[in-house]
Amino acid sequence: MKKLILSAAALALTAGAALADGHGVVRMGTEGAYPPYNFLNDAGEVDGFERELGDELCKRAELTCEWVTNEWDSIIPNLVSGNYDTIIAGMSITDERDEVIDFTQNYIPPEASAYVALSADADLSGVVASQTSTIQSGYVAESGATLLEFATGDEIIAAVRSGEADAAFFQGSFLEPIVEESDDLVFVGEPVPLGGGVGMGLRESDGELRAKFDAAIASMKADGTLNTMLKKWFGEDQLTF
Amino acid sequence: MFSYCTDPETLSGLTWLSCYLTTGKHMALYGSVFTVLLLLAITAPVALGFGFGGAMAARSNFAPLSWLGKAYIAIVRGVPDIAFFLFFVIALDQGLEWLTHQAVCPDWPDAIRQGNDFVVCPEAKLPSGRAPQYVHEAYGFSLAVLTFAIVFGAFAANTIFGAMRAVPRAQMETAEAYGMTRRQAFWRVMVPQMWVFALPGLSNLWMVLIKATPLLFLLGVEDIVYWARELGTSKTSRFSDYPHPDWRMWYFLALLVFYLGFTKVSEVVLDRVMKRLTKGQATAAGEAQRKAAA
Repeated sequence: MKKLILSAAALALTAGAALADGHGVVRMGTEGAYPPYNFLNDAGEVDGFERELGDELCKRAELTCEWVTNEWDSIIPNLVSGNYDTIIAGMSITDERDEVIDFTQNYIPPEASAYVALSADADLSGVVASQTSTIQSGYVAESGATLLEFATGDEIIAAVRSGEADAAFFQGSFLEPIVEESDDLVFVGEPVPLGGGVGMGLRESDGELRAKFDAAIASMKADGTLNTMLKKWFGEDQLTF
Repeated sequence: MFSYCTDPETLSGLTWLSCYLTTGKHMALYGSVFTVLLLLAITAPVALGFGFGGAMAARSNFAPLSWLGKAYIAIVRGVPDIAFFLFFVIALDQGLEWLTHQAVCPDWPDAIRQGNDFVVCPEAKLPSGRAPQYVHEAYGFSLAVLTFAIVFGAFAANTIFGAMRAVPRAQMETAEAYGMTRRQAFWRVMVPQMWVFALPGLSNLWMVLIKATPLLFLLGVEDIVYWARELGTSKTSRFSDYPHPDWRMWYFLALLVFYLGFTKVSEVVLDRVMKRLTKGQATAAGEAQRKAAA
């Protein structure tokens, strides 16, 4: 009996020590509908550049990580209320978002957004589709065109194909494989550089975890593994560090 | 799944389809059918319980209890489902965490509300940050069941409240004349008779409940509509072994068949229940049954 109590006490102590760390398991929140950044593969698991990157970052920071998917629309509110601990979902670093959450340093350099349409002479000041609450939709709204918002990237493309929108404006690396494999969509006009690159989002009160991921990203930048990974997922033309 | 599925690019026709329909993602879709059925199987009786309790409270002689019952019915029926789902679940989750926090770590030095963040001590996190994913999913699912039960319970309460009043007053007076107490008369005379009046309203509710399950995704539970949309969107060959154009129409068509089939089965079952409840009742339908038998 005494032994039992002792071992129970020991268990409680070790559990307490692990808890003092704050995070037993770090829950990584992503959208799962944004290839090549993150998507669900045929087996229904989170896959893509950010999956590979996130797993590597967790390894370097010596954290146990777990992946969860969440709708893009409510991805920030659910982080803030504590349903998961990080956002790693191709989220561009902007001042507006920085007021609500904190970002690590970027792991993808600022990159160009582009217009796609069914023909090269599409009207870019007509109806332009983009995903809700992205830097691209903000840009379209300010450009004077009529903004048509959708919940996911796929729906933007569907809207252009159905003629509901004259063009779509979105992140270049998302559009590129789609345009490449389609026989109807073309890029229109010049690419537009937007945002401060893509970083991981964390709660403002979670400075310790942010520092860990920041250090892990810095070490991946330093030894060149991040660049290799970027080229693997986004092609040889991808901007690197 | 099948041994010939290792290289889908070489396949065509039915073999391709058999491989495509057995990917892990499709399995998740089939699994989510059971999630939906399980949700309905748990929610329906719980909501009925809430409804019965609400109706009993609303017709109580004790004024505060009656106000409580009536307020529950009026407030929940009046608030849009989506608003209720978004607000109530977050409030419930944070409320539970706040209570646990007060109980488990009263000496916590930091504030719970830090700007936009809601931070409780790790021991008070629900479910615990160390818990495996399935615990998080089970927790989300229970919140969903509770929320559905409260919303649909309010509508059920209103229906049952009305049904109780539809039982002829003379029946209750007769019961009391025979010397039954109020409680005895309620359970032995009113409750058995009121179901026949409540059933049309309750069966309506059941139909609405079946169709309301996509609201689950608001609570982070992945239901069939989520998976159908995810599977139906166009896939490029770079990220999937089974590239295809926009197939959402086909997936949603399958959902349509599923929901129509399900509501049809429900109708048949509810018709039978109605027939059984009508037997021997002092209603027009009961009278017709008696005449047909004679």
